[in-house]
Amino acid sequence: MGIDIKIPIGLMFTILGLLLTVYGFITRSDAALYTVSLGINVNLWSGLGMLVFGLLMLALSIKSKKQKPQ
Amino acid sequence: MNSGFILSWIDYSVMIIYFAFVLGIGWALKRYMKDASAFLEAGRSMPAWVAGLAFISTNLGALEVMGMTGSGVKYGMLTTHFYWVGAIPAMVFLAMFMMPFYYGSKARSVPEYLKLRFDEKTRGLNAILFAVMTILASGISMYALAILMEKVLGWNFHLSLILSAAIVLAYTYLGGLSSAIYNEVLQFFIIVVGLLPIVILSLKDVGGWHGLQQSLAPIVSSKGFAPDTWTTTWKYTGSAAANPMGVEWYGIFVGLGFVLSFGYWCTNFLIVQRAMSAHSTTAARNTPLIGAIPKMFIPFLIIVPGIVALVLMNTPGKGFTLPLNAAGQPIYDYTIIMLLKQYLPAGVLGLGITALLASFMSGMAGNVSAFNTVWTYDIYQSYIRPATNNKAIDDKHYLFVGRMATIFGVLVSIAAAYLASLFGNIMDFLQTIFSMVNAPLFAVIFLGMFWKRGTGHAAFAGLLAGLLVALLHHGLTFPAGADTLVKGGWITHLHAYPVEMAQSFWTAIFACSTSTLVTVVVSFLTTQKKSDQELTGLVYSLTPKLNEEAVPWYKRSSTLAIVVLTLVTILTILFW
Repeated sequence: MGIDIKIPIGLMFTILGLLLTVYGFITRSDAALYTVSLGINVNLWSGLGMLVFGLLMLALSIKSKKQKPQ
Repeated sequence: MNSGFILSWIDYSVMIIYFAFVLGIGWALKRYMKDASAFLEAGRSMPAWVAGLAFISTNLGALEVMGMTGSGVKYGMLTTHFYWVGAIPAMVFLAMFMMPFYYGSKARSVPEYLKLRFDEKTRGLNAILFAVMTILASGISMYALAILMEKVLGWNFHLSLILSAAIVLAYTYLGGLSSAIYNEVLQFFIIVVGLLPIVILSLKDVGGWHGLQQSLAPIVSSKGFAPDTWTTTWKYTGSAAANPMGVEWYGIFVGLGFVLSFGYWCTNFLIVQRAMSAHSTTAARNTPLIGAIPKMFIPFLIIVPGIVALVLMNTPGKGFTLPLNAAGQPIYDYTIIMLLKQYLPAGVLGLGITALLASFMSGMAGNVSAFNTVWTYDIYQSYIRPATNNKAIDDKHYLFVGRMATIFGVLVSIAAAYLASLFGNIMDFLQTIFSMVNAPLFAVIFLGMFWKRGTGHAAFAGLLAGLLVALLHHGLTFPAGADTLVKGGWITHLHAYPVEMAQSFWTAIFACSTSTLVTVVVSFLTTQKKSDQELTGLVYSLTPKLNEEAVPWYKRSSTLAIVVLTLVTILTILFW
């Protein structure tokens, strides 16, 4: 109905992914922050993962729009 | 008690972005809500993958996430029985054998199917029970959400309650079922993304799956079970005493795998409504099948971290403890939250908490969107203001009623949440009772779909009898160590079950059998008032077989069903 759900999903994960990637990058040398996560920069990795997923969703929505021009 | 979560600006930013999208989706859908069908049935326009993810997401409420992680601590991989044997077969059955009738009959709800197949009183009984049950469930989940926010985040109970209700009301009022479904899809992805870091980090912490098995062995042995009980599923179900669930394999197979799961997945309108919103019969059949694929992998997301938590609790150096309740017992339902705290730094922590909040709200929205449909079509349109000849006026009128029912549903949920905070036990009791409604309902709908002789009087009698037997069984038996009458035994103590789960399995088995028996016997004693022609599209033997030849083989329901069943068999063997 009406809107293609891939667009909001894609946009949201792109924005959240960017936010966490940047935050993870800035805090990359903050060892105290990442002691809980066993020394892994989870913000950076989660952020990158979400960014890829968000962009993939956006790409799919563009593809399905091209297939069904209305 | 404040569990000492300190959220930073980055966590709040994640939360705010998520809720901005939730409300934005409702807002974007507003202009499509032109009539009652668009609002209450999503205009029957959903692609199968959207309906399928919503289908699974409705069930993945926060109470489920929290409860299943807690069960991971208590029962280990045995908890997967709620997924692999306790959900997948029922979902495949719904897709292959029941969806063609639900969808093809053009019924707009499960109660309406009962009206078409049987009679008005059967619909009425089911509609009213469903409406009350749904609102109560919504209230209980709101209460749990507010308590969680109070304890974990230190937010005000009343403010949390009103704020979350307001958000749910806003997006369901604006965009109806479509909005609820779209947000369920969004929620599905945020839960996966939000909880995945915990799975990876917790497993890494204990040295992977192999390390987990090794660390578990001494802990489990000291409880008196075989060392690998927590990491296997069927191996120790030969006798009830050998596994922590206290149920034998046939109890699991019949109680959980058949009666409870078929009762839940095949008759609960909250669930079936998602599949009914699909754009075609094939899409409607594929909805539960597409949902089944993520469903069978959810245990790794929510049960496995619970198993790791058991190791953490028994490893002093880890500093992991569960909060205690008034009786000094650990609150297992808080396992997932304590794991968030254990492993996640600012940033992904906000994501994890957003995932929990999201699952609470979508559970609530699911209840509200099912309630307003049943209220508008099955109660209001049937008993208060029937449809007139003027379709244009009707459409507007029922859209208005649907919207009012949304507001009313949310308000009553808030009231129910406050009731739950005052009389928690009574609410638990009601929820237990209502969970018994599904098993007899499955018996009646199953007979309705596959036996054309089944009559209206019989269905009504079967439903009532099943419900009464469930009540009676609950009143006569109790789980060992029960301290309140809510758990059963409020008539007399006739039989004690080792654990609560065994009691609920057997309640469902008795209720379902009684219902079947009564429906069959009364059907033979009464005459079938519906002609074969009236029953076409509602009963298996009178409906032309579906022809899937026009659909490419890889999109056919039968192909998908085989894929789903193969996958679940492989998982079962891997974790036998």
